[in-house]
Amino acid sequence: MEFKNLKLSKKTTFVIWVIIIAFIIAAPSILPVFRLNLLGRYLSLAIVALGVDLIWGFTGLLSLGQGIFFALGGYCAAMYLQITSSSEFPNNIPEFFGLYGVDNLPFFWEPFRSPIFSLFAIWVIPALVAGILGFLVFRNRIKGVYFSILTQAALLVFFNFFNGQQKLINGTNGLKTDVTQLFGQMVGSESIQRMFFWFTALLVIAAWFFSKWVVKGRFGNILIGIRDDEPRVRFTGYNPVLFKTIIFSIAGGLAGISGALYTVQSGIVSPQFMTVPFSIEMVIWVAVGGRGTLLGAILGAVLINYAKSLVSEALPASWMFIQGGIFILVVTALPEGVLGWVQGEGPRNLLQKLGLKRKIETYPSLEIKNETEGLKNE
Amino acid sequence: MELLLDSLFNGVAIGSVLLVAALGLAIVFGLMGVINLAHGELMMLGAYTTYVTQLIFKLPLLKPYYNAYVIVSIFFAFIVSGVVGILLEKTVIRKLYGSPLETLLATWGVSLILQQFVRSVPLAYGTGLVISLIIGLFLPSVFSSKVKESINFKYVKFSSWIFATLVGVLSGNLISSSVSKLSRASARNVDVTAPAWMRGQVEILGTTFPKTRLMIIIITLISVIAITLFLNQSAWGMRIRAVTQNREMSDCLGISTEKVDVLTFGIGSGLAGVAGVAVSLLGSVGPNVGGNYIVGCFMVVVLGGVGNLLGTIFASFGIGIMTDLIGAGRLLSIWPDMPLPLSNTINFFATTSMARVMIFALIVIFLQFKPTGLFPQKGRMVES
Repeated sequence: MEFKNLKLSKKTTFVIWVIIIAFIIAAPSILPVFRLNLLGRYLSLAIVALGVDLIWGFTGLLSLGQGIFFALGGYCAAMYLQITSSSEFPNNIPEFFGLYGVDNLPFFWEPFRSPIFSLFAIWVIPALVAGILGFLVFRNRIKGVYFSILTQAALLVFFNFFNGQQKLINGTNGLKTDVTQLFGQMVGSESIQRMFFWFTALLVIAAWFFSKWVVKGRFGNILIGIRDDEPRVRFTGYNPVLFKTIIFSIAGGLAGISGALYTVQSGIVSPQFMTVPFSIEMVIWVAVGGRGTLLGAILGAVLINYAKSLVSEALPASWMFIQGGIFILVVTALPEGVLGWVQGEGPRNLLQKLGLKRKIETYPSLEIKNETEGLKNE
Repeated sequence: MELLLDSLFNGVAIGSVLLVAALGLAIVFGLMGVINLAHGELMMLGAYTTYVTQLIFKLPLLKPYYNAYVIVSIFFAFIVSGVVGILLEKTVIRKLYGSPLETLLATWGVSLILQQFVRSVPLAYGTGLVISLIIGLFLPSVFSSKVKESINFKYVKFSSWIFATLVGVLSGNLISSSVSKLSRASARNVDVTAPAWMRGQVEILGTTFPKTRLMIIIITLISVIAITLFLNQSAWGMRIRAVTQNREMSDCLGISTEKVDVLTFGIGSGLAGVAGVAVSLLGSVGPNVGGNYIVGCFMVVVLGGVGNLLGTIFASFGIGIMTDLIGAGRLLSIWPDMPLPLSNTINFFATTSMARVMIFALIVIFLQFKPTGLFPQKGRMVES
C-alpha cells in the first residue's frame, strides 16, 4: 500500500488544539441549544472516527462494520436508561414490551439494572464482539477487501437481527432515551443535555490521548508495519493476528462509547445505526480529515457532519451528490486528507498557482527533514 | 418428493438471481481485484431501463411488439449499464488500480451519486444522457483506422461528442413529451409489469412454478453460458483470462491490458444490468433496489473464491438453497416430530431476515476451514 504516515508538526497540532478547545468552551454560550446538541452529537461521532483511524489509518484494516459496535454501545446505554425508568409501567418492565404481550423481562436485560455493569457494558460488550469477530476473520489471514466485505456482511446480519426482534429489543422502532430519567431528571431536558455535551467533549479529548498512547511506541510501530507489509511483520516473528485483534477490539470499544454518547444526545437508538451507508460514512470522515492523523479523524467527523446538516437543511437533495463527490475526490485527489494537504505541499502549490508565492528554485529537501522530525513527534 | 422439488426450485430461483447479480462482480473482482460497490446501482440502472423500455413499448407505434419488451430490455440494460461502467472505469477506477480499498470508497461515492441521480433527474432526460454517452463513446471507434491515426482525430472525437449531446437532448425531449410518466423526477418506486405470456404458472412434475421465476432462471442460464463461451472461445476472452492470471506477463506479450480492463469492466457492468432486468421482474424498482442484493453478491464472491466462475455458480446456488431451507423452515416439514428444542431453534430462524443471520454464521464457519473459498486460485504467493 502506497501510503506515507503523515506527521503533523508540533506547531500545527498545537494550533488545531487551541482552536478546538476554544471552540468547545465558547460553544455553549454562542450556539443555540439545538446547534449545541448537534455539535455534541458530532463530537461523539469523532470518537468512533478515532477508532476507524486506528484500524484503517494505522493498521490498514478497512472495516465497513463499525456501525455494529456503535449501535451495541448505544443499545447498552438505552437499555440501562429504559429499565431504570420503567417503575411506573406494568410488570416493572419498559413500556414497549406491553405492545408485544411480553410479561417477563428477557434474561439479558436483567444485568442492565446495575449502573456499574451498564457503564462497563457500553464499551466492553462492543470490544468483545469486535475481538471475537476480528479473531475469527484474522486467524485465517482474511484481509484487504475480503475483510471489508465480511465486516459489511456482519453489519447487515446484526441489522437484520436487531430489526427483526420486536419482543427482545423493540425491533425496528428502537429504544427511546429522551423520555427516560437520569439523576431524577428527564434525559431530553436541557440541563442534562448540556452536561452530556461537556462530558462528550472531555471524552473526545481523553479518547484522543488514549489513541495517541496506543499508536506510539513499539505497539504502534507494529500496527504501521502490518499496514505497510504484513507478511514481513509475520516473518520477523510477530503474530499479526494478535495485534490486529487487539486494535480491532479497541476500535470496537471506542465505537461503543461513541454510540452511547450519540444515543443519549439524539434521544433514540435504532437499527438505523447499523445501516450500511452510515458505517461507510465513518470511513470517509477519517479520509477527509486525513487518515493516519488522529486529529484529522476528529476534525473530519465534526466538519463533515456539520456540513451535512447545514447542506441538508438548505438543499435536501444535493447532499447525496456532494457526499458522493467527496468520496471520489478524497480518494483520487486528496489521499492524505485535508490535514495532509495543509501539512504537505498543498497550500504552497495553491499560492503558486495564484501567483502569490514564488516557486522554489532548488530541489525541495525539506521532505527528509520532516520525516525524521516527525518520528519524534507522533 | 414434491416438497423436495418445491424447495429445490425455490432455492434455485433465489440462487439464480444471486448468480446473475454476482457474475459480473466476480469477473471484475477476479480480473482487477476491484470491489465495485456501485454494482448494485448498475443493477438498479438495468431495472430502470426495463421500466423505461416497457413504457416506450406502450407507445402506439411499438404497441404490437409489446410482448417482446422484456427480451429487448435485456439488451438495452446490458448496454446502458455497460456504458456507465465503462465511463466509471475510464474516469475513476483506472486511477486507483492497486489500491482496492480506495476503489471501494470511490465506487461507493459513485453509487450515492447514481442513486440520487435517478431520484432527482426525470428518467426521460436520464435516458437521453445515456444515449449521448453511448454515441459519444462508440462513434469515434467506427471510423476507419486511417482516420483514427490522423492528427485531426481529436476534432473528430470532439465533434462526435457534440453530435452525441444533440441527439441525447433531442431524444430526451422526445421521450419526455411522448411518455408523461417519464417526464417528472420522482423518488417513488416504480413497477414493471410482466407481459401476459410471462404471468401465471407452469406445472412441472405436479408442482406449480411461477413463470417469472422460470424466466429469471433462463436469463441466468443464458448469461452464464454466454459468458463462459466468451471467456473460453473468443480471442478477447483468452486475453482476459491471460491478464487475470498474470498481468505483467500478458502486458509484455503485447496484450493491451488497458483495453482488457475496459472490456472486462464493461462486461461485468453489463451483466449487472441484465441482473437488473431479472430483479425488476421480482418486485418494484426503486433507487435502493441494488443495495438489497449487493451484500449477497459479495458473499457469493467470497464463498466461491476469486477468478473461478464455477465457484460463483456453486456458491450462489448453495446460498440460495440454504436460504430457502432455513428461511422457510423446510427441515421441520421434512422431519415433523423432531425434539422440541431443535424445532424451536429452527422456527426462530425461519424468517427471511433471520435466515440471513444464519447463513452469515455458516459462511464464517466455512471460511475457518477454507479461507480462500470453494475454488481458490492456486499459487505460491506469500499473500495467498
